[in-house]
Amino acid sequence: MASALINVPKKAKRGDVIEIKTLMSHIMESGFRHTSAGDLVPRDIITSFVCRYNGAEIFRADLFPAIAANPFISFFTVAKDSGKFEFEWIGDNGFAETASAAITVE
Amino acid sequence: MRLRSAIAFAAIALAACPVLAGEIPPDQRRSGTSFMAPATRAIQDDDTANPGMLFALDGEKLWNKKIGSAGKACADCHGDVAESMKGVAARYPAFDKAQGRPVNLEQRINLCRANHQRASPLAYESHDLLALEAFVAKQSRDIAISTGDDPQLSPFIEKGRDLFMQRQGQLNLSCANCHDDNWDRKLAGSAITQAHPTGYPIYRLEWQTLGSLQRRLRSCISGIRAQPYDYGALELVELELYLMSRARGMKMESPAVRP
Repeated sequence: MASALINVPKKAKRGDVIEIKTLMSHIMESGFRHTSAGDLVPRDIITSFVCRYNGAEIFRADLFPAIAANPFISFFTVAKDSGKFEFEWIGDNGFAETASAAITVE
Repeated sequence: MRLRSAIAFAAIALAACPVLAGEIPPDQRRSGTSFMAPATRAIQDDDTANPGMLFALDGEKLWNKKIGSAGKACADCHGDVAESMKGVAARYPAFDKAQGRPVNLEQRINLCRANHQRASPLAYESHDLLALEAFVAKQSRDIAISTGDDPQLSPFIEKGRDLFMQRQGQLNLSCANCHDDNWDRKLAGSAITQAHPTGYPIYRLEWQTLGSLQRRLRSCISGIRAQPYDYGALELVELELYLMSRARGMKMESPAVRP
């Protein structure tokens, strides 16, 4: 089980612009490197990231081999209703991780 | 005439050499953090952006996991980590009576695994060893470094100091040539820094992962084109010991981020 760190404000006022920060542990092996014996190290990266706010998709990103290990993704949204942010990372070799965070909107 | 020209030559030679600064006075000591770009510092300052914290999270899971033929977890002996491990990383490397030599935190973890958990040792720089080290070291954040209190360590600190001052490798440089004498300058665009190991294990952006002080020392040693000591070698532990004792009183910031 890979570790994730999520930073979502616990409380916000309706209409506030809030920042959401996510950090996912992953080696992000580019697929371009070779071992000392000359063999290609196969690609192993996260390929997509999605964030849903109370079920509705609000942010999506495609990831590529040039992205560093342990990708840090941060974005903004408008606080509309209390509820849940759900995060999903999908990658090579069947990598699939989810995380969630709650928010109270007043 | 010959004597006069010899004196003139000596004067020119002296003027061309930068004055050797010697060891850094305590009030001029600076953590590596103060040399970093604001963007890198922002990563370190935010626990949800610092990738070293991912390792500390994994370390917490390992801390509570029962392993080995003794079927014990770290927590079974040490209890609450915030209590038992507070300040521990700030006083390592420490003297181990059974071995008669100083051991660093990684070696202590492996000794615990062997003696108390009856488990196989973790390889140096393996994910699990670094994760445990990060989790333990995190408990010493903001605590002043106190390595070297034990008088039994003195001869080893002395040896570490000698190694720090010793010119070596094809470039014929000592650690002191950069880190004592030229820490306010740059090398290939990067800050040289004062070599105070306040934040180990560090998440180094260049490495794309967490790494130990020994990894850092080994890359410095290959940088001066010398043959690095093996992981766990007494020479590296002595060097760690000298560096930590040199940073006494500075605050721990593990797991730190470095460029």
